[in-house]
Amino acid sequence: MNAPLTLFDKLWNMHRISSRADGASLLWVDRHLVHEGSHHAFRKLTDKSLPVAHPELTFAVVDHYAPTRYRHAISDPKIHRMISTLENNAADHKIEIFGLNDPRQGIVHVTAPEQGLVLPGLLVTCGDSHTSTNGAFGALAFGIGATEVAHVLATQTIWQIKPKTMRVTVSGNLDAGISAKDIALNWIARFGAECGNGHAVEFAGNTVEALSIEGRMTLCNMSIEGGARMGMIAPDCKTFEYLQGRPYAPREVSWKTALHQWQTLQSDPNATFDTELVLFASDIAPTVTWGTSPEQALPITSNLPDPETMDPPKARETQASLDYMGLTAGDKIAGTPVDQVFIGSCTNARIEDLRTSAAVLKGHKAKIPGLISPGSVSVRQQAEEEGLAEIFIEAGLSWEEPGCSMCVAMNGDTVPPGARCASTTNRNFRGRQGRGARTHLMSPAMAAATAITGELTDPRPFLEGRPIE
Amino acid sequence: MSGWSRHAGLAIALPIENIDTDQIIPARFMTASRDEGYGQYLLYDMRHDKAGYPYEEHPLNACKDASVLITRRNFGSGSSREAAVYALVDAGFKAVLAPSFGDIFSNNAVNNGLLPAQLADGTIEILLSQFLKPSPMEIDLEQGTIKTNNLEYDFQIDPVRQLKLIKGWSDIDLTQSEIGRIRAFSAERREKAPWAWPCKTA
Repeated sequence: MNAPLTLFDKLWNMHRISSRADGASLLWVDRHLVHEGSHHAFRKLTDKSLPVAHPELTFAVVDHYAPTRYRHAISDPKIHRMISTLENNAADHKIEIFGLNDPRQGIVHVTAPEQGLVLPGLLVTCGDSHTSTNGAFGALAFGIGATEVAHVLATQTIWQIKPKTMRVTVSGNLDAGISAKDIALNWIARFGAECGNGHAVEFAGNTVEALSIEGRMTLCNMSIEGGARMGMIAPDCKTFEYLQGRPYAPREVSWKTALHQWQTLQSDPNATFDTELVLFASDIAPTVTWGTSPEQALPITSNLPDPETMDPPKARETQASLDYMGLTAGDKIAGTPVDQVFIGSCTNARIEDLRTSAAVLKGHKAKIPGLISPGSVSVRQQAEEEGLAEIFIEAGLSWEEPGCSMCVAMNGDTVPPGARCASTTNRNFRGRQGRGARTHLMSPAMAAATAITGELTDPRPFLEGRPIE
Repeated sequence: MSGWSRHAGLAIALPIENIDTDQIIPARFMTASRDEGYGQYLLYDMRHDKAGYPYEEHPLNACKDASVLITRRNFGSGSSREAAVYALVDAGFKAVLAPSFGDIFSNNAVNNGLLPAQLADGTIEILLSQFLKPSPMEIDLEQGTIKTNNLEYDFQIDPVRQLKLIKGWSDIDLTQSEIGRIRAFSAERREKAPWAWPCKTA
């Protein structure tokens, strides 16, 4: 009998073309996604006079610099150039592009799954660290740098050092108002922002199984914030149901072959992992970050940490984060005044995220300004059809076009210096949302509740008697 | 890219943890082409006030000639932007010494000849205290050691990355010898997993 394998081992073996004596393996890439930031890689290709090896497996998406307002008249020449450079590179290399005015435009990790471009068993690369999102389908998906992007463009392969394996098992039922985002922040807060370094992470357990496909994407999205380049979840009936009939998903005989092969994509019962971590859903409360690393997160019901109770290195780090964030040790987190709200990003801008935010906001007025950037044109349209957009607009929030927007702050959507933003994004790094910006990461439910009160707020009371569909 | 085995230069301490790639190269500078150079943007917001004037006391402003950066844990975490490495390389850095690095950053670094050398937390703290003012350091990449004040310390690096830095290998060039195997693999995958190609009728 063969040794039991993890899902990761199976995916790795399926894509391994060869291995070098020094230990690096050459892997086949099934799907390569590029965006405006890929300009360095295309330039490298041009410098070497190399063509794109497999344009039919390569897709370009405008997202990082996509304006959320006035996209028909881009005033910033640099942003205009970034987008037109991608359009030109896609045209030159015959790569299909979901351009600024395409109905398939959106954040790459939102629109690619929607279009059926991401499937179980695929190896997916993209020059973006949140490519881990796509592991939610049982794909081997990871972010790469520009040199690696150029390599994938030129050869449809990538050299990799095999990572170690980690399984994060989450058990039990999540209470209402607690979501995949809270699981992710708890995992990172508990085990540290580096716990996944050098590892491929599989999320498992009945809490993870109970998550919707969109919730699974949120969880895998945050893998990189826990240090892991790739996060994955074994595909199941929900995965197959989600994919069937999507534009680029296989059909007919091909679909049947795929289904047959996808059934084997799970860790064998006795497979061993280099690291096993365990979380219980009952320990997870609505969670918010208070510092400048995603590991600096606590339940909304907590008080801020006090450096005086810590050993010197930890105390120094904590104090530096509190200072940057303009917070006082020991204060209650709930009730911290907030200047603005952002609901968006590849972490939390899918239709279920917007439904949750709308369920909280319905019938309320926001006390502070907020921007909502849906994850894709398709999400935007659906939210409008379902009446969610109306709820946001009636609350006084700005309902705008899809893109990475205020998460990465490249398209002109920034948080002013010193301003505090309640954000459904993935990084609370110093200056991430703009120089001097103070970011609190949280779920769409908490961001909506915070919009209503103007201060960091537990969303649970706002959801009482309001089931999220 | 040319390989290297030994380096001697000035090392400087930057005793801060979690310096992510957003801090190394803030997003707003990333529209620049590589020809324009990224060195001037390295750790820009940490080194300059809001009006763009440099903080004179910042170690990297006080010493423009450093080629080795000593820093705390989780350096280069976050975004996959290779521009973070361009900023370090274009500013003259050859190596970063830290207890830990972001995985994608390490790959990007090695692809540009920059050494991400891992040292134990305790060793880094000793070095940080010794290099608050820039001082000479020698790196022996083949031996995996750094030398300073006649003291030698080992550093960790994956052997794949070590060899690549020494040889100055470019993956694209290396892969040319694999073209036959890649073609065969692709044909076999197409036959066994036709579903892995995007549906044409989309």
